[in-house]
Amino acid sequence: MQKLTNLPAKTPSHHMIANRGDRFFQGCIYVLTILIAIVTVYPLVYALSASMSKPLNIMNGNVWLWPVELSFQAYKNVFASKSIILGYGNTIYYAVVGTAINMVLSVMAAYPLSMPDIKGKNFVTILITFTMFFSGGIIPSYLNVRDLGLLNSRWAVMIPGAINATNMLILRNYFIHSVPGELREAASIDGCSAIGTMFKIVLPLSKSILMVVMLYYTVSHWNSYFDAMMYLQKAQEKWPLQVHLRNILIMSQMGDMAEQSGVDDVNTQLLYEALKYAIIVVSAAPLLILYPFVQRFFEKGIMMGSIKG
Amino acid sequence: MQDLRKRTWWADWGKSLAKYWQLYLLLIPVIVYYLLFKYKPMLGVQIAFRNYQLRKGMWLSDWVGLKHFLRFFSSYWSWTIIKNTLIIGFLSLIFCFPFSICLALIFNELHSQRFKKTMQTITYAPHFVSTIVVVGMMTAMTSPSTGVINKLLVSLRLVDEPIYFMGSSKYFRFMYIYSALWKDGGWNAIIFISALAAIDPSLYEAATVDGASRMQQLIHVTLPSILPTIVIMLILESGKVLNVGYEKAYAMQNDLNLAVSEVISTYSYKRGLEAMEYDYATAIGLFNSVISFTMLITVNAIAKRASETSLF
Repeated sequence: MQKLTNLPAKTPSHHMIANRGDRFFQGCIYVLTILIAIVTVYPLVYALSASMSKPLNIMNGNVWLWPVELSFQAYKNVFASKSIILGYGNTIYYAVVGTAINMVLSVMAAYPLSMPDIKGKNFVTILITFTMFFSGGIIPSYLNVRDLGLLNSRWAVMIPGAINATNMLILRNYFIHSVPGELREAASIDGCSAIGTMFKIVLPLSKSILMVVMLYYTVSHWNSYFDAMMYLQKAQEKWPLQVHLRNILIMSQMGDMAEQSGVDDVNTQLLYEALKYAIIVVSAAPLLILYPFVQRFFEKGIMMGSIKG
Repeated sequence: MQDLRKRTWWADWGKSLAKYWQLYLLLIPVIVYYLLFKYKPMLGVQIAFRNYQLRKGMWLSDWVGLKHFLRFFSSYWSWTIIKNTLIIGFLSLIFCFPFSICLALIFNELHSQRFKKTMQTITYAPHFVSTIVVVGMMTAMTSPSTGVINKLLVSLRLVDEPIYFMGSSKYFRFMYIYSALWKDGGWNAIIFISALAAIDPSLYEAATVDGASRMQQLIHVTLPSILPTIVIMLILESGKVLNVGYEKAYAMQNDLNLAVSEVISTYSYKRGLEAMEYDYATAIGLFNSVISFTMLITVNAIAKRASETSLF
């Protein structure tokens, strides 16, 4: 495990270039990579530029890459919209409270299942792993949430997915393989209870993987729409941002943002062009800005998750 | 003998419980959660075989046998949906899966570590853009009246008339796969990149000494080394063929492309939550789950035989 995380930074030896054929090969690789990068980045750059351009320029096709006639009107409208602000607040709420629930329950599952002397842990692990490959389906889950009286409550968005089996297994594997057993034993000989050992030894030694799993949960809360759409049909005030986005971007409903533009239908339609992009930027920016700083954690998590066990 | 074994078994449990009672206590809410939110819905699939009535509930509604399944299979539309699901599922498998492997291989051939890191950062980024925003961006950028893609195509004279990409059956699959590649192609390469990083450099040295070109090294050293990872990922992907990203399919659907965009999961969702035919919708969902699970098991078994690599 340690070996994977501390990869040598030097160029691998197979990169030695031997002849002209290899040099051509190398050239193709670089050109291809740059093309892929351009295709990947273009939609994001365009969305940013369009959001800051005067709407008429988008309509006429003057915006290609950079903003044309800088204008922040669309952002003003987005931030003046009550439903967007409310949705943003809800998303932050679900991301914070939901992730907290995820983390507590995932650790509660992963820690006991990582201990060698716990009876029945294999049975519980199988019970949990099976749910990764088979489920009752959308409708029985919906009826279950309804029968439990959780429909249109914030819990419906946070509780049914409280533990993600993959994330739980990542934690468990890390506890097993990367926290030395001798440390735990030493702690228990010193009179530390099992819970005490968890708080004093295991969790502090697992900060990086806890961070990884936390980020996974946060991203999934931030970006999910389906559960909220399904479970919060009659509770519009609890909708996360993504459900509002669906109405605005895909169903072409402008909601309370149309009222502000006032004047007439043509202007509303015009504003909508820039507004779409502004709202895309406002919703996607936090994660896209945050992500490069925590990229190494994400990569580490994928490697951990891939280890069989 | 029997008795003794029994006694030590109980003694083991007793000892473990006494020492670790706190940990067993921690597990209780976890088990309750799984029973309540994962296994209870699995019992709920029984309404696929019942005439579900709200006041009788899932345990007391009358049995109807395979009525809902027969209804599903006797409808022409259902076969269209099954076909749509399979096509999208297999297209994803054929395009998205190899794309991520290729991307990892390409990155592996890059000299400059800084360039490689930058490219990785760029290609992973779209993973953090939500499904709704991806679909929203596609809708906006390919709009026939104002979208930049159509403006570009028309000004380059590649097309005469703007194309309504999102509102046409013809382009739905292309859009679906393209956006999947854009969003997760880079992200799904991470696992292969880490497998590539773990290859023993002495293998390449030996190949170079033997006079192997870069291409030959790729085929004879690199690919065999990451084959186990490829097999495991392929097994996992095969379980998803029917469970195509219904959240995205649902978000991309409109009346104009429904003939190709309706998949089993989205149809089940609509039958259930929009038409309130809970029993029928559950039957459709169950059909989907069972086939998916069977595919996973089958591919796993084949992989076990053929390459001695398997998930379980």
